[in-house]
Amino acid sequence: MPEKAKKPEQPGAEPVGDLAVRLRGIGKRFPGVIANDDINIDVRRGTIHAIVGENGAGKSTLMKILYGVQPPDSGTIEIGGKQVSLSSPAEAIAQGVGMVFQHFMLADNLTVAENVVLGAEKLHGIGAGARAEITRISDSYGLGVDPDAMVEDLGVGARQRVEILKVLYRGARVIILDEPTAVLVPQEVDELFGNLRELKAEGLAVLFISHKLDEVLSVADDITVVRRGTTVATVDPSGTTARQLAELMVGSELPQPTREASTVTEEVLLDVRGLTLPTPTGRPLLDDVTFRIHRGEVLGIAGVEGNGQAELVEAIMGMRPGSTGSITVGGRDLSGTSTRERRESGIGYIPEDRHRHGLLLDAPLWENRVLGHQTRRPSVRRGLVDRRAATADTQRIINTYDVRTPGPNVPARALSGGNQQKLIVGREMSGEPTLLIAAHPTRGVDVGAQAAIWDQIRIARREGLAVLLISADLDELIGLSDRIEVVLRGRLVGEFDPTTVTPAQLGSAMTGAGDEPAQESA
Amino acid sequence: MTSLDPRIVRLLLAVGAPVLALGAAFAITSLVLLVAGDPVGEVWSTILSPPETRNVVNIINAATVLYLSGVAVAIGFRMNLFNIGVDGQYRVAAFAAAAVAGEAWLPGVLNMVLAVLVAMLAGAIWAGIAGLLRATRGVSEVISTIMLNFIATSVVAFMLRQLAVREEGSNIVSTRPIPEGSRLPGIPFGDLPNLEIYGFVVVAVAVGFGYWFVLNKTRFGFDLRATGRSAPAATASGISVRRMTIATMLLSGAIAGLVGMPLLLGSSYAYGSTFQSGLGFAGIAIALLGRNHPVGIALGALLFAFLDEQSNPLQILVGVSPDIVAITQGVVVLTVVISYEVVRRFGSRLEQRRVAAALATERASGTDDKQEARA
Ligand SMILES: Nc1ncnc2c1ncn2[C@@H]1O[C@H](COP(=O)(O)OP(=O)(O)OP(=O)(O)O)[C@@H](O)[C@H]1O
Ligand SMILES: [Mg+2]
Repeated sequence: MPEKAKKPEQPGAEPVGDLAVRLRGIGKRFPGVIANDDINIDVRRGTIHAIVGENGAGKSTLMKILYGVQPPDSGTIEIGGKQVSLSSPAEAIAQGVGMVFQHFMLADNLTVAENVVLGAEKLHGIGAGARAEITRISDSYGLGVDPDAMVEDLGVGARQRVEILKVLYRGARVIILDEPTAVLVPQEVDELFGNLRELKAEGLAVLFISHKLDEVLSVADDITVVRRGTTVATVDPSGTTARQLAELMVGSELPQPTREASTVTEEVLLDVRGLTLPTPTGRPLLDDVTFRIHRGEVLGIAGVEGNGQAELVEAIMGMRPGSTGSITVGGRDLSGTSTRERRESGIGYIPEDRHRHGLLLDAPLWENRVLGHQTRRPSVRRGLVDRRAATADTQRIINTYDVRTPGPNVPARALSGGNQQKLIVGREMSGEPTLLIAAHPTRGVDVGAQAAIWDQIRIARREGLAVLLISADLDELIGLSDRIEVVLRGRLVGEFDPTTVTPAQLGSAMTGAGDEPAQESA
Repeated sequence: MTSLDPRIVRLLLAVGAPVLALGAAFAITSLVLLVAGDPVGEVWSTILSPPETRNVVNIINAATVLYLSGVAVAIGFRMNLFNIGVDGQYRVAAFAAAAVAGEAWLPGVLNMVLAVLVAMLAGAIWAGIAGLLRATRGVSEVISTIMLNFIATSVVAFMLRQLAVREEGSNIVSTRPIPEGSRLPGIPFGDLPNLEIYGFVVVAVAVGFGYWFVLNKTRFGFDLRATGRSAPAATASGISVRRMTIATMLLSGAIAGLVGMPLLLGSSYAYGSTFQSGLGFAGIAIALLGRNHPVGIALGALLFAFLDEQSNPLQILVGVSPDIVAITQGVVVLTVVISYEVVRRFGSRLEQRRVAAALATERASGTDDKQEARA
């Protein structure tokens, strides 16, 4: 149904001049895939326009086209009523279009001001003029960014605001955010949405992609649904429910995940005692962390990103030399063992940064299936890589986890973010792990795939899988965990029962606000 | 073009890139000749004239040596390690092998085998130093291997003085010659007497096969390539990047140790101050040219050997220095990088058009049913 995208039924339709962006008939093909096909979108000035759709629907591709990263094969782009052709991000910026990618691109060892000015020295110089401009932007949109802070000291939410500031500094009037909320906890999401509302009040247009439909409904003025590369509808959030949105995305009804009875057993599978990761200066990254997970149990770890979750996971995987304390899996002491031995002993590992730790982006999918399973069948037999068996097993993952791809021989880079994630989850769930270390297992996957991954984890749990679940998504934590621990500044500061806890309670424990049990144990 | 079988298209593309690169390199060399006022036509007709049997033998022999050097460098490249030190490694190795074999502790063939093993060991140790420094101290292997090249030069010169025998009435110092029975016989070529291809060519072919097999088929090779593609992802998958760094440098050094062997066992029989140098640097260019592919490296080695051999008579015939081919060799390394990229882009554009055409016909026959069926 490639009909023209409907304009929301606002009284007194604006003149075309009020459109910040107008996309018509955009098409883009990759080998074996049509990423975009006849996309039509109108973005009004002073609005937040959300783009939703399944993994691989073509959202990121479309945004990259609008930001000049990739040229479209067909179609026209109009910005501010003027038809443009964008062949590089520099040209897009010159037209007032800026983009914040999901993977931030900031230099850690520079200050905020230096990061913002980097590459845009011509605009306001690099001295007082630049600083004044940064402060002015920060104040006028309520970003609360300190120009002198070092980027490495900032949390995820603050880094994102720096990225937005960077884009504004370059004069953007249209701002694209690709899955900005995937890495944020609810409080940070609220702050971000506050910032976005300020932007729109100033007449800017914000385009943003998200898989979290409730968020989309709460913040967006218009929502465009993309399905298999085509815009299928533009809807008004006030008259739409998350369910209806999901059905538009998938083209059919969604399966409803259900809560299950507890499968927790008596048998301790993972026993972590006094785990500490000191730093040469200052407070340790992990401070005397002690917990147990039983067979058939899911332990959720809640916390704002950067409070030690990544270090905890890496210490358990043997990737953090210098940690002290004991880690036992199934009665076997893991101290002194390598990452490979830990993986061989049955630990599956879904890393939080799929590009950095999870994939060989330029290698084909079947080689990525082998990765992390190099010593086990079906990937390897007698020291030789078994390409045939690995390819067959990759195909199995593709089918089971609905990874949208032309086949097991395409490079991982050619998959959309969510499909890469599905492949990693499928890989780590294969070989019947006894313990799954899952950091944000459904980050970036669409609602349908999220439910499917949860189901897979529940099935495995029923058969005795123990899971350490780290997630920024509180609904995921509450829905999947048997128990939730809150981590703050490297320490476990409180335990909650997911059947009774509310997201608000968790949220205040995570930020250290309210009646925290944190202080008492000090 | 879109109507061609995609397999043929792929083959044409694969051949297209090197041809394009060579053409560009020849053009640039011609330009240099023109600017210098040299006879362009005569230079090329000399270089490109069909080689005689004697020249063919020389080309194959030189290519054998260059091939080993190229493979040694390529092993490092596959793991993102730049082993600039093949030059020093093969010289240390050749010296050690010559010194040991000259002593003739073992009889006949055993002595020869010992020499080869000593060479591999010496090369591996020399490269392993850089590997160790990189793995434990984070020292860039580029820097350390360059330094080790310098050290190799002095160490070998010093040791040569200690061990060397001096031929009567000559300034050339060299190790004691390897006894007759421990030399590697050549393979006769053509009908002229004394024209032989190094017997070591067989080893070079085996090395090429082994390189392909180990890297592409074994778990070790997988780990090596994975580390080269992304060290953090390799670490998370359970690979010890440090251990791989050391192992790769040892392997690269061991193959580098073989570079001098065809010469030592097949023609010079001793390591002296005139032993051929600079083979390690040619290996870097050849590995780049051959894109780290075992067959590609072989073609690159043959090309370099061909240019070297065919340019020899330039001085006498047309009065141009044979060094002109060094320009061609250098430029081809640059043009090959560019032309592969150009061809790759062209290829993906072709592929896209092909996919689009295929999908268009598919769509015409009603894909909508299929889309709904997926749900
Ligand atoms: N560089 C590329 N090469 C080949 N195919 C690509 C490339 N980039 C994207 N694709 C394909 O284009 C399609 C759309 O991808 P895109 O990244 O736009 O999806 P998306 O809607 O952003 O999905 P997600 O929600 O998972 O991020 C996918 O099928 C993907 O495999
Ligand atoms: Mg995307």
